[in-house]
Amino acid sequence: MYTDKVMDHFTNPRNVGEIAGANGVGEVGNAKCGDIMRIYLDVEDGIIKDVKFKTFGCGAAIATSSMVTELVKGKTLDEALAISNQAVAEALGGLPPAKMHCSNLAADALHEAIKDYKSKAGK
Amino acid sequence: MRRVYFDHSATTPVDSEVLETMLPYLKQDFGNASSIHWFGRESRKAVETAREQLAALLGAEAKEVFFTSGGTESDNLAIKGVALANRKKGNHIITTAIEHHAVLHACEYLEKNGFEVTYLPVDENAMVSVEAVRNAITDKTTLISIMFANNEVGTIQPIKEIGALAREKGIYFHTDAVQAVGNCPIDVKELNIDLLSLSGHKIYGPKGIGALYVRKGVRLEAVQHGGAQERGIRPGTENVPAIVGLGKAAELAKRDLEKRSAHLTGLRNQLFEGLKNRIPDIKVNGHPELRLPGNVNFSVLYVEGESLLLNLDIKGIAASSGSACTSGSLDPSHVLLAMGLTHEVAHGSLRLSLGKDNTANDVAYCLEVLPEIVERLRAMSPLNAFSKPSENNPCNSCHHH
Repeated sequence: MYTDKVMDHFTNPRNVGEIAGANGVGEVGNAKCGDIMRIYLDVEDGIIKDVKFKTFGCGAAIATSSMVTELVKGKTLDEALAISNQAVAEALGGLPPAKMHCSNLAADALHEAIKDYKSKAGK
Repeated sequence: MRRVYFDHSATTPVDSEVLETMLPYLKQDFGNASSIHWFGRESRKAVETAREQLAALLGAEAKEVFFTSGGTESDNLAIKGVALANRKKGNHIITTAIEHHAVLHACEYLEKNGFEVTYLPVDENAMVSVEAVRNAITDKTTLISIMFANNEVGTIQPIKEIGALAREKGIYFHTDAVQAVGNCPIDVKELNIDLLSLSGHKIYGPKGIGALYVRKGVRLEAVQHGGAQERGIRPGTENVPAIVGLGKAAELAKRDLEKRSAHLTGLRNQLFEGLKNRIPDIKVNGHPELRLPGNVNFSVLYVEGESLLLNLDIKGIAASSGSACTSGSLDPSHVLLAMGLTHEVAHGSLRLSLGKDNTANDVAYCLEVLPEIVERLRAMSPLNAFSKPSENNPCNSCHHH
């Protein structure tokens, strides 16, 4: 059901954890399906220096969280904002259709974290 | 890699004695059981032997057993068959919210065609109240259909009492006993059962074969039309090898019932105790005592069921989950929700269903592997013991969505 890449990110998720003193935190959830994702950002001079995540969810939820952290590390905020859930799924070699809206919220969580950073920074 | 199969509620392996009995009917004794020649007569004999073996397991008469393609067809035949045959008497059916989809969807189909269905709720242990059944009966009720044992949480219903109530009121009583047959002693006469569904592949027989017990005298209409096989109640060429396999599986189930049940109960208790001792914050689902001997169902708080399943699979352990993410729908198991579990707790549920060939070592291996998996997933979860979701707000972290 899942691609090898999804299983790789699920079994060896990258950037799991929290960032103490993160200057941007975003959380999204699909209340019905149950998945919850929280992304922590450390932004310096408009660049994402560090990113970590915590996720409650299925294989797709964990893999997409892991993938999005890989995709944005070192990117500018504008580059990060351009990443969509579709792009995260494509980077994983695709997801089963049912998982697209249910468990692929990673880019949304990232965007929430950037929004949080911007509001804290007064931008 | 070590492989442990803990998904016997989904399907069981075919017993080698069953397979041996089937093989001749795939090769030299291949006749159509309706044919008049020697080949046909050999097949007919084998089908009738299987019917007797099943009847013996259920305390029924052979002529009260009809072969079908499995549990789903048996449920459909029982529910639609009784509803249609007794339409003049009434159009009301009583069932429960925790039935298998074969029952629920058959009832929904009847609703679309002018019938009324009452879906009874269950308590926190998935138990149906006999009083609730009594209160739901109207003068239009023709059928009560309540499963013998739940396929997800294993709770065994008060079948004898419900059967007695149905009989007292002159209403037919059907039970979907797909999970119970071979695991619980069943005597249809003693339990006041009018119709009973069973399936071959849940009792170490082949897939694609099942049976419906229909008490003599029950008014039942065929839902499939064709030849005269199964006395017109279920036409279609008999699947002789599978029927022979089902018969043998029934014979073995009767012979070994006590031994299997004691073995499974021992393993189940070992598993439950081990889980409770090794994993904090788990919730056992289903009735504490009145449950199938091989069923272990629990929710692991703060983690999600599919993630548990995938990790167990990586370690070679096959299990099942009530999580929405494994069902293809957004909702977790309708059974767990009907028991009052919040979405979030239901999402983290796991079913380990044990079988006759499992060993204490299989259980020990699971107890060795699972706590570490749970710990790892919990470390990754934004939910934890310090941010417990409240009962009123099951998903307190994401109410903005």
